[in-house]
Amino acid sequence: MIEFNPLDLLNTLPILVLVSWACALLMVNVFVPRQGKGLMVLLTALGLAVTLILSIFQAGTQTEAFKGMLAIDDFTVYMNVFILASSLVALAISHDYMQRMGLARGEYYVLMLFSVAGMMLMASAADLIVVFLALELLSIPLYVLSAFARPQVESEEAGLKYFLLGAFASGFLVYGIALVYGATGQTNLIQIFAAAEAGVETPAFLLVGAGLILVGLGFKVAAAPFHMWTPDVYQGAPTTVTAFMAVGAKAGGFAALLRVFIAAFPAISVDLAPVLAAVAAATLVIGNVVAVAQSNIKRLFAYSSISHAGFILMAFVAFGQDGLFEDTIASVLFYLVTFAIASFGSWAIVIMLERKEGRGLDLQDYAGLGRKYPALALAMAVFMFSFTGVPPTLGFAAKLFVFRVVIEGGYYWLAIVGVVTSVVSAYYYLRLIIIMYMQDGDPQVRGETWLNLATAATAVATVLLFFFSTPLFEWAAEAGFLWF
Amino acid sequence: MDIAVLIEWIAKSAILIFILLTGFAYTTYYERRLLALIQNRVGPNRAGPFGLLQPVADGVKLIFKEELTPAGAYKAIFLLSPILTMVPALVIMAVVPWGESINLFGREIFLGLTDINVGVLYLLSIASISVYGIVLAGWSSNNKYAMLGGIRSSAQMISYELALGLAFVPSIMMAGSLSLLDIVRQQGDGFYLWSLLGIIEGGQTGGWFIFTIPGLFGAAIFYIAMLAEVNRAPFDMPEAEQELTAGYHTEYSGMKFALFFMGEYIKMIAVSAIFSTLFLGGFSGPGVYESTIPFMGITIGPWPILGPIYLGLKIVASLGLMIWIRATFPRLRYDRLMGFGWKVLLPLALANVFLTAIWVIIFQGFTG
Amino acid sequence: MSTDVILFLGLAAVAIGAALGMLFSRNAVYSALFLILNFATVAVFYLLLGAPFIAMAQVTVYAGAIMVLFLFVIMLLGAEELRKRGKLGWQQPLALLLGFVLVAETAYLVFVRGDLVSQIVPAAADYGTPKDIGILLFDNYMLPFQVVAVLLLVAMIGAIVLTKDDRKIERKTSEEKA
Repeated sequence: MIEFNPLDLLNTLPILVLVSWACALLMVNVFVPRQGKGLMVLLTALGLAVTLILSIFQAGTQTEAFKGMLAIDDFTVYMNVFILASSLVALAISHDYMQRMGLARGEYYVLMLFSVAGMMLMASAADLIVVFLALELLSIPLYVLSAFARPQVESEEAGLKYFLLGAFASGFLVYGIALVYGATGQTNLIQIFAAAEAGVETPAFLLVGAGLILVGLGFKVAAAPFHMWTPDVYQGAPTTVTAFMAVGAKAGGFAALLRVFIAAFPAISVDLAPVLAAVAAATLVIGNVVAVAQSNIKRLFAYSSISHAGFILMAFVAFGQDGLFEDTIASVLFYLVTFAIASFGSWAIVIMLERKEGRGLDLQDYAGLGRKYPALALAMAVFMFSFTGVPPTLGFAAKLFVFRVVIEGGYYWLAIVGVVTSVVSAYYYLRLIIIMYMQDGDPQVRGETWLNLATAATAVATVLLFFFSTPLFEWAAEAGFLWF
Repeated sequence: MDIAVLIEWIAKSAILIFILLTGFAYTTYYERRLLALIQNRVGPNRAGPFGLLQPVADGVKLIFKEELTPAGAYKAIFLLSPILTMVPALVIMAVVPWGESINLFGREIFLGLTDINVGVLYLLSIASISVYGIVLAGWSSNNKYAMLGGIRSSAQMISYELALGLAFVPSIMMAGSLSLLDIVRQQGDGFYLWSLLGIIEGGQTGGWFIFTIPGLFGAAIFYIAMLAEVNRAPFDMPEAEQELTAGYHTEYSGMKFALFFMGEYIKMIAVSAIFSTLFLGGFSGPGVYESTIPFMGITIGPWPILGPIYLGLKIVASLGLMIWIRATFPRLRYDRLMGFGWKVLLPLALANVFLTAIWVIIFQGFTG
Repeated sequence: MSTDVILFLGLAAVAIGAALGMLFSRNAVYSALFLILNFATVAVFYLLLGAPFIAMAQVTVYAGAIMVLFLFVIMLLGAEELRKRGKLGWQQPLALLLGFVLVAETAYLVFVRGDLVSQIVPAAADYGTPKDIGILLFDNYMLPFQVVAVLLLVAMIGAIVLTKDDRKIERKTSEEKA
């Protein structure tokens, strides 16, 4: 009666390996003494690398696994590679920091691996039930990691806030899934698509359900008006966790948004587009305007990350129009990669300057960086230019592609909002550069091989990849879905 | 609804409750006499022949005692908690079958209240409810000893519930059903001797589950966990007199105390019945089903009326073992008790589930 | 009126009464007890609808496991008595309004759009047996089932990470060494 397809195991091998590896590491951790957690870092990196290689070998697979619960396609592979590579970078900038802050505990790496597994699951989820479970698997480790620096009050506050609001958002997601199920009788994305195309009796349920799913996932990617948690959590959590979360949670959230909306809801895209446009515009305005008033670097980057979520959401607005969904996927992926590179680089620099008890996090602490550490300041400037979207950095190309999709979709007003807020963002990004170069100060930097390497690599990539942005974009455009 | 069915149900419930209440009375007598025997004394032997009227005398005494309610107690809950202890103990027996159907007054009457396809889950859910009486009694008494006793015993019950639940699994898996009647049928469809041969045959039918390897482990874990679940020695933490005076029922007197007492003893009977059903073949025994005596070729049965008698005997044996344990083992220290539950019993029970799966596949084949 | 309807109406009254009791009692323990009563009634509703498995799960998980922990927390924190006035200024009227809207909505559905309600097909007698649920879990929903297992493991690790006091353990071991 129970059918089991052994091929399913092969198709989900990367996730299986990662989860088993995390479980094994949990046991290994017991035998690793507190002083030698470097071994844990190495083992974690090994696990991620093995998973990465396995994921790359999956390229070209086009199949479903576990009775349509998962879709293994180019998009999955692309996202998996991106997520795993990001995690490796996050790991590289973690170790020294955790030691320095007295947080070196093996569970950190185990939880990180589980969270990565959740992100990967999110990228390949083809059923709303899996979307929900993957979201939880992504989030729960992050809640714990945010509070990892306990008994520091800020960290505990971050963990608790993130957890409570996250649980609230999950409620919206589940409610949305229930409504969609009520309207179509399906939880499988492609069957929802079929049912919606055929026409449902109660389209209002489907629409409201889709809206609630947007709320649940929008919380994860920090889109306004569900962004309230972001600054406090980003500020309170250990900085390495923030760096990991800023990229990972966004990647997972946007992967699920892409998959769910493009696969399941094209039929109601006309109704959803104004909502998406409004959310995107609100996110852009709030993120960029409030960022201007920030004096703490972590809060500044938190608002900056909200605003970038807005840019990515802009690309979504036109997802349902004929022939545009490929460009939507490609521009979202491209923007995500761009954001990840610049984000990791800038967070690495923040980590270098941070000292115990939250010192070294003020914008003024960066004064004099240009004179004392010119290379570092240059790298930071590159990241800031990339965030702003100034050529010749990758950020310029990413924004260009997003604007192109928006204009092709016919949302000129949204494009204008995007441009105006970009100009606003230039103010606070450039302010940091001015502080670094124009003001005198004595910044204290703690360099470390892996941190330096990560900073250098991301800075070089930000500039160098700009010159290959068109082929990269075309490559990203190949990351299609199984069903189309 | 057919009025006869209603009468049948009410009559069966009334009989079951009557049996349980009488059983409670004589379990106390049984315990005192057996303890006396083990400790080389005489025990109660004055009221009636062999002291058989002793429980009646105790009952009369408890009824006439003054009932106290502490000044700062939460009155409603203080009153409610003995009832909350008593009711689950009574209703948990609803799914335990006492025999196959018999013909009486021209009707086919099933011996047992009901047989539902989620019987085992019903047992678990009632077991999980029965914590409330104790924890609320402790809280509402407005007494530190009572509070500590209540929290201790409920923590203990919650902890051992897990192992208890997992110890159900071997029987469920080997019978392939959550219905207790199916579990009994799977074990008892044959002659007693065959159940011993069942070890060799693989224990698929005709063998008590305790004679299979996973069943044996399951029975051992179940028995230990059920001692903790009903707060019996050596797990009688809430009644650790030296530390907590009388635990959660420190402030109770008269009939309210008697209700706790009744609840505890009826629970003992109930878990013994469940233990017998899951691992000792329940109501089955020679002659309950039509069967042939080996080597002689004589066919006997089916006499379903023997069912309740066999089950009763098994319950008495199980109760005797409980009393024997009480007379033999010293009380565990509280942290040891929790450690044992979580670190020893639960992992063993989990491993046993795994073992059962292997056993079932080897001897019954993969039927999935 | 059939017995089912009588049972339903009686239980519905109990369920609503319990829910109201939970909301309005000033003592947290009483609230918890009312909630348990409510859960138990809901379990009986499931039984009436022919879903014994879910009914039992409801009692075991909600009324049994979760609420016992709630009671523990309330009792151990000594948070039985609520403060006289919470900071629920504008939320109270809003909640009342929303509750009213929900009741009106349901009433509209049941009394005006009764045709929609009547479309519900009663479940077959063998629907939702433990065996069916088991087969579904291990067949169609194999992956979610396993993911839930991982999720629970992660939650457990998280709880331990957040509560274990590393320094205390270290002190203890160093004392033992000395």
